[in-house]
Order: sequence, then C-alpha cells, then structure tokens
Amino acid sequence: MSNLTFLPVLWPLFTGILLIFLAKKITLQRWISLFSSLIGIVISMYLVFSVHSQGILTLGVGSWEAPFGIVIVADMLAALLVLTTNIIGMAILLYSFRTIGAERERHYYYPVFQFLLIGVNGAFLTGDLFNLFVFFEVMLMASYVLLVLGGTKIQLRESLKYIIVNVLSSSFFVIMVAYLYSVLGTLNMAQISQRIEEVNQPAILSVIAIGFLIVFGLKGAIFPLFQWLPGSYYAPPIPVMALFGALLTKVGIYSIFRTYTLMFYHDQDFTHTFLAWLAILTILIGVIGAIAYWDVKKIIIYNIIIAVGVIIFGISVMNEPALSGSILYIIHDMLIKAALFLLIGIMIKISGSTDIRQMGGMIKQYPALAWTFFIAAISLAGIPPFSGFAGKLLILQGAGKAGDYLGMAMVLLSSLMVLYSVMKIFIYGFWGTPKADYREGAVPVNKMLFPAAFLVAISVLYGVGTEFMYPFISQAVETLLNPDIYIKAVLKE
Amino acid sequence: MELLMAIVIGILFMCATYLMLSKSMIRIIIGTGLLSHGAHLLILTMGGLKGGSVPLLSDKAASYADPLPQALILTAIVISFGVTSFLLVLAYRSYQELGTDDMEELRGTETNE
Repeated sequence: MSNLTFLPVLWPLFTGILLIFLAKKITLQRWISLFSSLIGIVISMYLVFSVHSQGILTLGVGSWEAPFGIVIVADMLAALLVLTTNIIGMAILLYSFRTIGAERERHYYYPVFQFLLIGVNGAFLTGDLFNLFVFFEVMLMASYVLLVLGGTKIQLRESLKYIIVNVLSSSFFVIMVAYLYSVLGTLNMAQISQRIEEVNQPAILSVIAIGFLIVFGLKGAIFPLFQWLPGSYYAPPIPVMALFGALLTKVGIYSIFRTYTLMFYHDQDFTHTFLAWLAILTILIGVIGAIAYWDVKKIIIYNIIIAVGVIIFGISVMNEPALSGSILYIIHDMLIKAALFLLIGIMIKISGSTDIRQMGGMIKQYPALAWTFFIAAISLAGIPPFSGFAGKLLILQGAGKAGDYLGMAMVLLSSLMVLYSVMKIFIYGFWGTPKADYREGAVPVNKMLFPAAFLVAISVLYGVGTEFMYPFISQAVETLLNPDIYIKAVLKE
Repeated sequence: MELLMAIVIGILFMCATYLMLSKSMIRIIIGTGLLSHGAHLLILTMGGLKGGSVPLLSDKAASYADPLPQALILTAIVISFGVTSFLLVLAYRSYQELGTDDMEELRGTETNE
C-alpha cells in the first residue's frame, strides 16, 4: 500500500481544478501549470525509482482489498510511461505558451491540458479493467475539448468524426467488459489473469481478446481501424497535435501490452498471430502514407501509424528481446514524435505553409532548427547511436529468434522508408533556394525551439544511455513475461 | 428473463446501427445513444439477473443481487450522458458554423482545408 502510486493522477487533478478558478489570469495559469508539471516529473521519477527498489507498488482505493475494490498498480512499464508522459507534458506546455494564442488560453486550455494528463496517467496506472474504461473516458473527454477548442471549421468537422468513432469504441469497450464479466466474474486484471490460467483460455476468451483488440486498436490506430487518425490529428493547432500524437495512441498500445501479456497469452497461435499480421499491415499502410504526401503534418502523422505497427509487432512476437525492444521503442517514439511535431510547427510558422514544396533554404537563417530537426529525423529512423536503434534492434532480434522473417523484413524496410520520408522534409525544407524571404529574426524561433530541442536532447541521452536504462526496461519485461509477479503483487497471496 | 433481455438488446443494437449509417447528424447521435443503452443493458444481463436481497453483509438473506453490474452501468450511464450532451452541443455549433448536418458534405477534401 503506497499512496505515492496514485499521486501522478491526483497531482494534475488538483492543478486542473485550481486552474479553473484562475481562468482570467493567463500569466498566473502559465506559471502554475509549469510549476505543477515540474513537480509531476519529480513525482514520477520518484515513482520509477521506488518501483525499481521495492517492486510493484499497489494501492487499494478506499482501503478495499484487491479483488473487491479498485486497485491502482504501478509496475515498471506503467511507471516509465508515466514519467515519459510528464516530461512530454512539460515540453508541450512550454511550447504552448508561445503558440496557442490568448483566445484559447482564456478558454480553459491549461486546465483541460491537466485533465488530459489525469486520463493518460490514470490509464497507465490502473489495475482494473472497468477503471481503465473510466480513465479512457476522462482522457477522451479532455481530448474532445482540446480538439475543438478554437472552433474553426476544420476543427468542428473533424471533431464530429473523432467523437463518433470514439463513442462507438467506448460502447464496444463496455460490451466487451460485459462479456468478460459474464465468463470470468471479475474485472480485476490480476484476478482475470489468474482465472484465465485456470481455464486455459477457451475459444470464447480468444474471441473476447480480439474484441478488446478492436477497442484498443481503435484508440491506438492499428491497421483497419486507423482511418479516423489522419483527419482528426490534422485539425488542431500544433501543441495539441503533438500531445495527441505522443500520448493518445500510446495509451491504446499500452492497453494492448497489458491485455495481451497479462491476460490473453495462452492461445498465442491464434491471438498473437492475428496481432502480428495486423502489425505488418499497419506498417505497410503507414509507409504508403508517409511517402505519398507532401504535407509535413501528414508525413509525421503517418509516421505515428508506422511506429504503432512496429511496437505492436514487438508485442506479437512475445519473447524477451522483442518485448524489451517494444518498451524501449514506445518511450523513444513518444519523445521523438512530440519533438518532431513541435519542430514542424516551427517550420510551418516560418514558411506559412504546410506543403514542403513551398518551403526551402531555411538552413541559412535557422541553422539550429535545421540541425535539431536532422537529429530528430535520424533518431526516428533509428540510426545507431541515437534512440530508436536499440529498440528496433531488439525487436528484430526477437523476431529472428521466433523465426518471423516476414515481419523482420517489414520492420527493416519501414526504417528505410521512414528515413526517406523525414529526409524529404529536411531536403525540401532546409536545402535549396529560399522560396520566401526568411529574414533574420522575422520569426522569433528560439523560445519555440527550446522545448523541442529539450525533447530531442532527452531522446539522444536516452539513446546513448540505453545501457543505463536497461535495468529498468528488463524489470518491466520480467513482469510482462511472468504474470505471476503481477498477480502476486496485486492479490498479495 | 435473460432471453427477453437479449432480444431487447439485439433490437437496440439493430436500431442503433441503422441510425448510425444514415447521413443526418442528429440521427447518428440518437444512434450512439441507443448503442450505449444497449451496451448498458448488456452489462446488467451478463451479470445474470439474480433476484434477492440487497447485498449487505449484515442482512441474512438467502440470496443477494449482484451489485457490480449495477455499479458499472451507473458509471457508464453518467459517462455516456456526458458525451452525448457534448456531442449534441458540438453538432449544433457545427451546424451553425458549417451550415449543414449532412455527413456526406462534411468529408475531408483532398487538401484537408
């Protein structure tokens, strides 16, 4: 029992409520959110180190013991993702100060931002399937508001579709929870896992597993269910887009991690093969999108889909190297996607266009921006010393060990295509003759560049310091591969 | 009783699917409402419709009603009402702004402007 476990959720809740009362005082709101996110990082770092030294931390909410009440469980995977979320939250917050505009700030941008963090952190930390649904809804509600805030035509149009898709998937979630409850009679994840082990996953549970895959796949944008993503993520302003791209799809992937390693792992021939095929198709679709478009936003958005495919493929292989690869890669991807969105935001601001054919020659006036983008781009593609390399290498090793050579080839090929798609942005955007007159200092980029550079620096450190990160990652993988550790920690047997 | 509930849930899902496939915004919203009601009824039914006393530890009844599905649908109903009201407001606002409630006309165009 440790109240620390729930603090990453309570802290943004407290901040968000406080910020609502200060709606008209924008400067104060900024300072409080910044201060709060710094504390949030400290809390989540402390959580990571506590989990590292003490093993899985649990908290029975309201002192109800595990199978009867809701439990909050912080294992290493959840703790690491919470830390990453908080770091990204702070960087995007800093970027928002310069770009989001006073009108949106006055209309509760910062409180809603905090509410989104509640939902995301809560979804990572919960140990109860229905509670996961509730935190999903908290997160989605905040994301609806962020998406539509500002009320431009494209935002309204895309929000409608986004909300309808998500209402549908929420209903599906409730339906699947109902079926699972009727079969197993429990909603506590640890107890579900225990009972599935007792009955050795009959076919009905494999069907429910695929049902959950549909629900989380809709959130995480895997192959046949991704169509809402390019449109919806295109509409909002850049900081919101970065927040969505870095966090929302990852919550879906995290849930697949949880359900497919903790609960539905007995019938791998069916469920995990299905997952592997979907992952490969997801990568394929993402690659096609990423190289087809000339629009910077679209290119990066399709890169999200590729990353989703790569991570899901790592989960589907389900052996030790592949899972560590997936965890390394999901954290890398969250950091670098946020950074890339912020960087293209600056490029769009400078050139006034989202089409890379309208840009050009920015490297002379904005060398710092250009080189930051270059490092982010090669990190994304996974060039050796940078982050992304270790994760991808481990996924490939795992796939080789499992003999899944088609998947291996797809992941390798996708890296090349990712490199091509981001280098296209670099070459067209920064090289060549300037398409417009980018006078020195016409757009003050330094204050916007700082948060992006901060994220890139962290991801470079993360890439170079993989050796330092590895004990944490292997602790997370140990829990995923041996669900007994999780069950024992939660049910205290 | 479970059989009757299953048929009712099926009818709700059928109507929801029909409504959600139409072009008109308001029909789609009513469809999502029916869909979530169907899902809530499903939770209640899936727990098994046991009769019996209220689930209190001190009360020595022969059988108890299962409290969990009721707790679950209570939460789910609140959430679905919240989302539906948000969706209605959004639909009204976008009808004002975009001048149509036809989903066909709200498609993203080639350049997504």
